[in-house]
Amino acid sequence: RDFNERCAQCSEVNWGLTDGGRYYCRSCHNVTERTTEVVNTDFMTNSRVQTISKGSRKQEKTGGDCEWYVCEGFQLVLKKQAEALEALGVCPQMKDEILCNFWRCYLQKSKQAYCNRPAGETIKALSVCESSTDVDSEPDRPSVLHLLSLSESEGDLQTDCSFASSMSKVSESTSVYSGSVDGSLYLMKNQKEKLRMTMPMTLSFCYMALLWLREPITLSELLRFVVEGHIPYLNVFQHFPEKMKLCGLDLKIFCVESWPVYEEVHNKMLELAAFLDLPHFPDITDSCFLHPDMLCIKYLMEANLPDELHNWTCRVVKKIGIGEVDFLTLVPGNNSTRKVKYDILAAAVIVVVLKLLFLLDDHYEWLLSDFAEERNKNNKEGGQYFEFKKWYEVVKRSLDVEQKKLDEERAKYVWRCKKPLFYSVKNKSKVLKRRQMVVNLQNQFGKLSGPVQRPEKPNPSSFQLSWSEENTDGNCFHGHSLKGILQEKCGLLTAMNPDYWLCTVKLCNEKLCGHLAHYREVDFPQSYHFVLRLFSFLLRIQPSYIHDEVCMIEHKLFHKKLSKKLKYNTVLRK
Amino acid sequence: SSYEHKLNFKKSKETCLSYIQDAMLQKQWKRAAEFLTFYVESLEKDYSREHVGPSEVIWRIGTEVLCHHSHSSMKEFNCFMEQMKTLGVKRYLKICLEHVFHLLCNGQIDEAYQNLSLAESWRYGEQTAIQNKEMKLIQAYRGLLDYYSWSKQKNILLEHGLDGFADLSVEQEMHSCFRKAAVNLKEIIKIPGVWDLFVKCYVDLLEFYGDHNEAHQVLNEYAYNSRFPANPNAHVYLYQFLKRQGESKKSLISALKILHDIVPSHELMIDFNTMLQKSKKRKKRRLGLEVIFAVLDYVGWKENVKAWSCLARQVKQIVISEKHLDWIKEEWNCRKDWWPPFHFSRYLAKRNWQENKSLSYEKALVAGILLGKDCKYFKYVSHQGCKAQVKRFRMLKKFVNRHNPVYLRISG
Repeated sequence: RDFNERCAQCSEVNWGLTDGGRYYCRSCHNVTERTTEVVNTDFMTNSRVQTISKGSRKQEKTGGDCEWYVCEGFQLVLKKQAEALEALGVCPQMKDEILCNFWRCYLQKSKQAYCNRPAGETIKALSVCESSTDVDSEPDRPSVLHLLSLSESEGDLQTDCSFASSMSKVSESTSVYSGSVDGSLYLMKNQKEKLRMTMPMTLSFCYMALLWLREPITLSELLRFVVEGHIPYLNVFQHFPEKMKLCGLDLKIFCVESWPVYEEVHNKMLELAAFLDLPHFPDITDSCFLHPDMLCIKYLMEANLPDELHNWTCRVVKKIGIGEVDFLTLVPGNNSTRKVKYDILAAAVIVVVLKLLFLLDDHYEWLLSDFAEERNKNNKEGGQYFEFKKWYEVVKRSLDVEQKKLDEERAKYVWRCKKPLFYSVKNKSKVLKRRQMVVNLQNQFGKLSGPVQRPEKPNPSSFQLSWSEENTDGNCFHGHSLKGILQEKCGLLTAMNPDYWLCTVKLCNEKLCGHLAHYREVDFPQSYHFVLRLFSFLLRIQPSYIHDEVCMIEHKLFHKKLSKKLKYNTVLRK
Repeated sequence: SSYEHKLNFKKSKETCLSYIQDAMLQKQWKRAAEFLTFYVESLEKDYSREHVGPSEVIWRIGTEVLCHHSHSSMKEFNCFMEQMKTLGVKRYLKICLEHVFHLLCNGQIDEAYQNLSLAESWRYGEQTAIQNKEMKLIQAYRGLLDYYSWSKQKNILLEHGLDGFADLSVEQEMHSCFRKAAVNLKEIIKIPGVWDLFVKCYVDLLEFYGDHNEAHQVLNEYAYNSRFPANPNAHVYLYQFLKRQGESKKSLISALKILHDIVPSHELMIDFNTMLQKSKKRKKRRLGLEVIFAVLDYVGWKENVKAWSCLARQVKQIVISEKHLDWIKEEWNCRKDWWPPFHFSRYLAKRNWQENKSLSYEKALVAGILLGKDCKYFKYVSHQGCKAQVKRFRMLKKFVNRHNPVYLRISG
């Protein structure tokens, strides 16, 4: 602390102390020859001593192992994810510029001192993170169990019992066990201040970069690709180089044991954008993929609905102003506006349109369908009239099949990989034995599984359901006409359906109870539930999230009527 | 299907397990094996807080699948079991034991013996004491297999003995098997429980070597010690032993008493009744009547000629002596409402006559006494019998007619 000279390399005055008592520059890692000769007791007790803690790991490391920091690990993860996205067709700019810069910005803001060098080089020790550990002061040493319980990662790995007991034997002079240099410190840090990095947050980074570039991948698609294995996330540590040993508390940081959750990734992304003080994101205009008009086309196709419905979705979008650039574009830090979830929004628009045209009260839509069926029988030439009943049957059949497949996939999901994980060296042989046994059993029972072997992971596809007009079985409804359910009034096409029912009369306070409305299947018509279920499957999210957006849209749409509290012409339901 | 789109390791494996269970219930072994393949990685996660952990689940399910799957072999099964043994120290002996059972069921006696010996020598700190019960069972089963060897050698010796070949080594081995078996069998039957097979084998050994006292004591303990669960077989073994030893009727009768109480329909009840009928003691004869009536309450005895002839003989004897008609009355009182349609319907009369003349004879006698000469059964059978000019039926008719008043006194 007494040392006020400027660093020879970087001219900073930012000194720390090595184990050997030498001063080193924390900004550029330059170690000086200056040593502390005078033991100033004030110095020792009043200030925090910065040390590079090597502990006794020196003995354990074989030649070739390197010291690495947690943020380097995450950097690698992000790199791998960016590469995967590039392979999926995202522009290289994402990896080389956008994501990189976001990451650097994050490192700076979170005060994890950062050496500017391209990702992928052999990892060398970075400058230390702030720590309050004094190797000699025992009261500061956190207990192992305390650290293990601190982790709030969604992975929630249960500790191997033997680990806990073996850890208690670790001597006080070593840092708590982890392959990374700062693993234990990382878990201990006060997360609220610095937005500590987690695995789900890597996806937030990716999504943020994709959003910045306005790439045609929605968040739900991104997460689906993750689950399908196209983007490294689960067991991503397999890609760490040999020299980066992952063990102990690193596992709590880098190992994931649950699928990423949309809400969590999205919220973290918003937090991140604010934390990084990012400016106004690039505009989402009506030619962007993420614009509801565009996404609606995609979802209408996937839901096997007539193309004509697109006119209606555009009308709704226009009427309530959710197609406006200001509404759609992300402005970080602005907490007053509700943040847009593009995919859920588009799906909800379609649901609202279906309600407008078909009412979806478990009666009217079938009535309309019967009329359409009659007309189709009598009118053999010309286009087919859209029959809700037929559509329902066709789509339900496919949906049930796909849902069943998905359910089996969930049961067959493989969480572990070939690279074994162990908490400590003591643990290693046990873990390896277990892995060997698992492999043996998999082979043994795999042989008995019969000829049907697990297919290779499917090619990444933007569409989960596809319908072809070339099929002669008439299962594709894209070209069907809505004529039977529309009428002309004052030069405008309107729905024959005069009624509409609101999902909810009053919206909840999202900040208080997390949702705008509370969806229970039994409270709503089955047709409505079916439609929600369909989009829930496509987006891989709970129906209630789509329901929330539907409520929001309805309240915008019927704002005037609601505020005037006019009750005729609307059939109100809770 | 679920609308849950979240998933974590635990939920995923729970779902996997339910698929396995469904497949097993529907005997789709290939499918069960398929899902089991995906379940096994749960071994790599710590479940020490769960009641039933994945290692136990995999052991049990894997065993079932390998047992039933058409492509599985004993070799695979053995290999699997060996792996399971390394998985859980707390379950080690149990797995050994079940493995042994499977080997025995598949006729691999030698392998079973080897496994038992190996298991017996297992020691693991405090687990050894905790798994004491399993250890006792292992020793017991080894004793059983020792008995089995002994038995084989005994048979060899007996055969060759006739030829005059005295094979000393076989004899010595036989005795050594006996000692090993006796020690273990004796131990296990001390513990309250059902040890039928072990008791039988042990008694067999004791009898062969002439230790009848010990055998008797063992059987007594097994049958009468209240700490042991009520077991009809215990009494049967004791009875058979006493019979072999030529014990008195009194002993034999007392051995069957409890058996009558717990299994009134037991086949030894015929012997029991026969002995009791002949007894000089009135109480015993009374019991005999009770016993034989009880036997015929059961469907399984309905068409048994021997049983009916016992009853007929005793009833006839009482009627002729004109003493103790009240015995018959007592026994008949609770049966008079349901025995007639149960045993003495016209349909049965016809059928019995057609199928088994002796049966119909005995039954007709009983019917005639209990229901009188005008009852459907007696009328039909005696008529048929007389028509066929079979002597005994004519005698029967006369007898019943002569003693008809008895019926009136019984029924009144």
